[in-house]
Amino acid sequence: MSLLRLEGVTKRFAAGAPPAVDGLSLTAAPGEVLALLGPSGCGKTTTLRLVAGFDAPDAGVIEIRGERVAAPGWIMPPEARGVGVVFQDYALFPHLSVEANVTFGLAHLARASRARRVREVLDLVGLVGLEARYPHELSGGQQQRVALARALAPAPALILLDEPFSNLDADLRTAMREEISKILRASGTTAMFVTHDQQEAFALADRVGVLNAGRLEQVAPPFELYHRPGTRFVAEFVGAADFLRSMVTEDGIVSELGTLARPPGLAPGQAVDIMVRPDDIDFIPHPEGDVVVVGRQFHGDEHLYRLRLTSGARVHAVQPSTTLYPVGTRVRVVANLLHVVAFPLDEEG
Amino acid sequence: MLRPSRMRIAPGLAMAAALMVAVAATPAAAVELLLYSSRHYPKEPAFEAFTKKTGITLKVFNASDAELFERLKAEGDRTPADLLVTVDAGNLWNAARAGYLAPVDSPELTTNIPAYLRDPQGRWVALAVRARTIMYNTTRVKPDELSTYAALGDPKWKGRLCLRNSSHIYNQSLLATMIKRYGEPRTEEIVRGWVANQPTLINGDAKILEAIAAGQCDVGVTNTYYLGRALAKDATLPVRPFWPDQAGPGVHVNISGAGVITQSKHRAEAIKFLEFLSTPEAQAVWAEASFEYPANPQAPAHPLLAQWGTFKMDDINVAAAGEFQAAATKLADRAGYR
Amino acid sequence: MAALGAAGLVSVPILTVAWSLTHPAWAVWAHLWQTQLPELLLNTVILVVEVGLGVLVLGTALAWLVTACEFPGRRVFEWALVLPLALPAYVIGFVFLGLFEYAGPVQSALRGWLGPWVRLPDLRSGWGVALMMTLVYYPYVYTLGRAAFAEQAPEFLESARGLGRSRTAILFGVTLPLARPALAAGTVLACMEALADFGTVATFSFRTLTEAIYRVWHGMFDRVAATQLAALLLGLAGTLLWLERLSRGRARFTHGRRPAPPPVRIALGGVRALGACLLCTATLGLAFGLPVGQLVLWAVEAVARDSVPERFARALGQSLVLGGGAALLVTAVAVLLAYAFRRQPTPLVGVATRVAGLGYALPGAVIAVGVLQPLSWLDRALAESLERLSGVSPGLIVTGSAAGLLFAYLVRFLAVGHQSVEATLARIPRSLDEAARSLGARGGRTLRMIHLPLARRGLLAALTLVFVDVMKELPATLLLRPFGLETLAVVVWRRTAESLWVEAAVPALALVLVGLGPVLLAMRVVGAQTRRAGGGLPSP
Repeated sequence: MSLLRLEGVTKRFAAGAPPAVDGLSLTAAPGEVLALLGPSGCGKTTTLRLVAGFDAPDAGVIEIRGERVAAPGWIMPPEARGVGVVFQDYALFPHLSVEANVTFGLAHLARASRARRVREVLDLVGLVGLEARYPHELSGGQQQRVALARALAPAPALILLDEPFSNLDADLRTAMREEISKILRASGTTAMFVTHDQQEAFALADRVGVLNAGRLEQVAPPFELYHRPGTRFVAEFVGAADFLRSMVTEDGIVSELGTLARPPGLAPGQAVDIMVRPDDIDFIPHPEGDVVVVGRQFHGDEHLYRLRLTSGARVHAVQPSTTLYPVGTRVRVVANLLHVVAFPLDEEG
Repeated sequence: MLRPSRMRIAPGLAMAAALMVAVAATPAAAVELLLYSSRHYPKEPAFEAFTKKTGITLKVFNASDAELFERLKAEGDRTPADLLVTVDAGNLWNAARAGYLAPVDSPELTTNIPAYLRDPQGRWVALAVRARTIMYNTTRVKPDELSTYAALGDPKWKGRLCLRNSSHIYNQSLLATMIKRYGEPRTEEIVRGWVANQPTLINGDAKILEAIAAGQCDVGVTNTYYLGRALAKDATLPVRPFWPDQAGPGVHVNISGAGVITQSKHRAEAIKFLEFLSTPEAQAVWAEASFEYPANPQAPAHPLLAQWGTFKMDDINVAAAGEFQAAATKLADRAGYR
Repeated sequence: MAALGAAGLVSVPILTVAWSLTHPAWAVWAHLWQTQLPELLLNTVILVVEVGLGVLVLGTALAWLVTACEFPGRRVFEWALVLPLALPAYVIGFVFLGLFEYAGPVQSALRGWLGPWVRLPDLRSGWGVALMMTLVYYPYVYTLGRAAFAEQAPEFLESARGLGRSRTAILFGVTLPLARPALAAGTVLACMEALADFGTVATFSFRTLTEAIYRVWHGMFDRVAATQLAALLLGLAGTLLWLERLSRGRARFTHGRRPAPPPVRIALGGVRALGACLLCTATLGLAFGLPVGQLVLWAVEAVARDSVPERFARALGQSLVLGGGAALLVTAVAVLLAYAFRRQPTPLVGVATRVAGLGYALPGAVIAVGVLQPLSWLDRALAESLERLSGVSPGLIVTGSAAGLLFAYLVRFLAVGHQSVEATLARIPRSLDEAARSLGARGGRTLRMIHLPLARRGLLAALTLVFVDVMKELPATLLLRPFGLETLAVVVWRRTAESLWVEAAVPALALVLVGLGPVLLAMRVVGAQTRRAGGGLPSP
C-alpha cells in the first residue's frame, strides 16, 4: 500500500490562469524519500501545500495512509492530517525556546512522555544541550535541525520539506544534506521534499519527480532519471544534454557520432534527436579531425569543451582537468553511449 | 418556549433583567426625583433647599438638550425621568412639542410666574430669566452711541462688533423672537446689517466679554449672567450692559425652565418641586447663585445685577424661541451669519 | 462566522447612518447646498489634508530622529513624545486659545511692550485648528512609525549603503518606503479623528461638516437630516481608507531572517543636534508642556479656592473601570476580526471589517444615537417578553446600561484597536500559522500560543490607544451612560460647558495623568522587548 497517493490533482489560483498543478498523479511507498524537482514556478511547492492541507485542490484526490484527505469539495484541515512540515524559512516560533518549539506538536501526550520524546528527537538531530536556547540564538544549520526535530516529534507518517537547504551556505548545505538524509532514514519516516537543485534531489531521494509547468514529467530513481530521461525537458533539466538530429534505420540509429544501437519502439525511417551528455563524449586531437574545439570552460576538477561537428551542430564534452586544448584544435570524437535515448521529432516538435 | 433560547443567546442580559426586576420590586423608602438637565452648574443651592424642606431627594442626569431628547425618545414610556430642567425656551418648546412634557395646572405657578414666561398650555415654566443684551467697553464706547439690536448694523460698528456663532441656541432664540415680532424679511435685514460689519465670531459668551474688555472689539451681545459672574471675580472689568430697544419692544430675554415628564411616576412631587422653585424665597436663592434674574417679579435680583438698573423686557411669549428656531437657523445661513 | 457576526453587529449603527440617505430630506439638503454645504465640504477636506500632512511630516520626522539618530536628550524624548496622546483635543485647544487670543496674556503682553497695534494671526481659523490637531494627533504616526523604523532589518540599510547611496537617499529611498504602511495607518487614524472632531472646531469657530451636523440637529432639531450629513463623513472616511489601501499597493512589507542587532544610530553633532533637540522640545512643549502647565496653574487656583468638584474621586474610579473594560472589549473584537481575516481572507470578512471600522470617523454623538435606536428596540422586545413571562414591567434594561455604553465605545473605537492589531499580525509570517497547524494545533491554540504572544506589542498598543480614547470620549458617554455614572470627561465637560476652566482643571489633570500611566507602561514594555529580542519579529 502506498503511504501517499495523489490522483489527478489540479490547482488553479485564479480562474482563467493556467493551473499551478495540472492533473498530477503520484505515489510514495512507506519509508520512501521522494523529491519534487523543477524550476521555480513549476508547481512543486503548491503540490507540497496541497498535501499538507494549506491549500485545497480544485480536482483530484489525495490519500495519506489510505485515508482520503482531499477530494473535490472537501478537505481535511492540516491539523488533522498528521503531516510534519519543514518550512523554507523554518518558521520556528521566535518567542519559544528550542524545547518549547519541539514540544509544541506533542500536546496530545502526557507530560512525562512529552519530555521523553523531546529528548529523543533532539538526540536524533544532535541538539541535546541547546534546549533552552531561543531560535535567534542558533546558527542556520541548528535552526534547520530544530525545524526538523519539531516536525518529527509527533512521529508523523509523512514529512514534507520545502526547499530545506536554500537558506544555508554552500558548504553547510552539503553537510546538512547528508545529516538530514541520515536522520530521515533513521526515523523511518516517509518524506517528500521540494527542491530546484538536482544534486540535492539526487543525494537525498529514493525517487525524484520532475515537474514542469504544473505537470509531472517523470518519476524515477536518480540514476534512471539521469540516464533514461523520459522527456526532452527532463533530459535538459537533469544534467547537461545536447541533442543530435539522427535517423532510425534497420541497422541502428545513424548519427554524426556513428551508428548506435536502436532502442525498441522506434520504426526505421523515423527522424529522432538523440541525447548526448558531455561525459558520453571523448575526443583526441587529430590534425585531420573534422571536429573543431570552439569553446572551453575550466571547472577546476574538469574541463568542459564545446565542439563543432561537421554539420555545424554543437556538443559538449568533458576532459580531465589537466588536459588543455586551445580553441581551434581539430579533434576526432568517440561517443561512449551506454544506452541511447532518442526523442522522435514528430512527438517532441 | 422562548425562555431557553434567550437564555442561550444572552444569559447575561437575562440575568441583568432579573436583577432589574428585583430592584424595581423593592419598595421605595423615600421619593427620589430624577431630573434630566442640560443646566450643569456645579452647585444648585435652590435644589438643596428643596430637599431640605421636603425630604424629597434629587438625582440629576446631565447632558445636552438634543441628546437628552434622543434619550427620552429611546426610553419612550419606560423613561425613569420625572423632570426636564433646561436653559432656553427653544429647548422647552421642542420637548413639549415632542410630547415629553405633560401640562401642569397649578394656580401657584400661574400666580408666581408671568404668563409670557410660561407655556400657554402649561407644559413648562420659567424658573429664571436671562437677558441677552448689548455689552460694551466702558472706556471706548459711550452708552448714548447705542440704541437697538438693529443699530448694531450701523457702519460705525464695522470691525468693532463681537458676536457668538449663529449655531448657538442663545442666538437662534434671539433671532427667533425677532422673527416673531418683525417677520422674516425685516429680521434678515437686521442680521445682514450685523454681517456687513464683519463681526468677530467667538464661540462663548464669556470669551466675548474677555474680548470686549481687552479691546479686541468694542460691543457685543451676550447673556447677562456671564457679566455678573465676571464682575464678581473682577469688579474692575470695563464692560457694562446696555439695555436696547427701550423705546420699542424691550430687551430680549430667555429663560431657564422646567417641565414635568409625561411618564413621570412622581408627578405630584415633581409639581411640588416646580412650585417650590417659583416661590420668592427659592427664586432669590437661585438668582443669588446663578446671576440670572428671578422669574418671579416678587423676588429681588442679585445686588450686583441690581446696580445695572431696571429695564423693559420684551414680553413676547418666550415660546417663540422654539416656534421659529429652525427658521432662525436657516435665516442665519442665508444672511451669511456663521 | 463569529467574526462576521461581530462585524455585522458593530456595523449596525454605522449602516443606520448610511441607510438614512435612502430617504433624503431634500428641503434641508437644498437649503444647505445653497447656503453653506460647499464651503463646509471644502473646509473639511482642507482640514483633513492639512492635518494629514502635518501629522505625517511631524510624526515621521520625530520618529526617525529618535530611532535613527543620536543626540542629547534622545532617550527622554523617545518616550516623552508619546505623552500628548493623553490630552483631549478640546483641552489643548482651549488652552491655546486662552493664551494666544487677542484678550489672552501673550497678546496683551505684546501690546503692552510694543504698542496697541500689535496683533498675532488669529488662531480661530483653519490653520489654527489644523495646528491644534497636528499637535494632538501626531503621536499616532510617531508611535507606529517608531515601531516600524525600529523593526527595519539593518540589512536593507546596509545593502543600500553598499550600493553607494547617501544617507538622505536611503532615508527617502529605503527607510520611509519600508515604513509606509505604519505611517499611512497612523495618518489615517489622525485624519479620521479630524473628521469626527466637533469640540475643537467648535471652540475655534471653524466650520466643518461636523459643525453642520450639530447645526441641523441642535438648531433645526432635525436629527434625520443630521444623520444624513454624517453619512457624508462616512463617504470621506471610506475614501481615506481606500487611499490607504491603494498606497500599500501589492507590495509586501514583512522582512527578516535574522534578528536585528542593536541599531547603529547616526550621531548628530553641532547645529544638527541642536536642531533635533529644538524640534523635539518645541513639539513637546507646545503639545504637552504648555497645556499641562496651564492645567496645573488652574488646578492650584482651584484648590486654593476650594472649588474642586466633589464627586471627582468617584468619577476617576468609574472612568478607569469603563476605560479598562472598553479597551479589553475593543481589543478582543479587533483580534477576532483580524484573526478571522488572516485565517480565511474572504472578501466578505474584509469588507465587513472595513465597514465596522468606519465608526472612528463619526462624531460620538451620531454613533450614540445610532446605538440608542437598536438598544431601545431591544429593550422593548425584552421588556414585552419579560412582562408576558413574569407579569412585572421591568423598565429599561440595556438602554442606559454599561453594556450599551461599552457597545458604543466598540463601534466608535474599533478602528483604533483593529489598525494596531492588524498591523502587528501582518508582521507575523504566515508560515508560523501553517507550522502550528501542521503540528496539530487548532485555531484557538495557535492564537493563544503563537499569535497573541508575538503580537503583544500591538495588543498593548491597541489597549492603550483605546483606553486613552475612551477616557477622553464625551458625547457618547453623555448620552448613553447609566444614571449616576460620571466619567472624568463628563465632570470636566460640566464645568467647561459653562467656561469654568479653573473648576475643571483638577479632573482634567487627573484625566491626563490617568492616561499617561498606560502610555508610559506600553512604552516601557515595548522598549524592553526591543532590547531583549533584538527588535521586531526575529524569524530564523
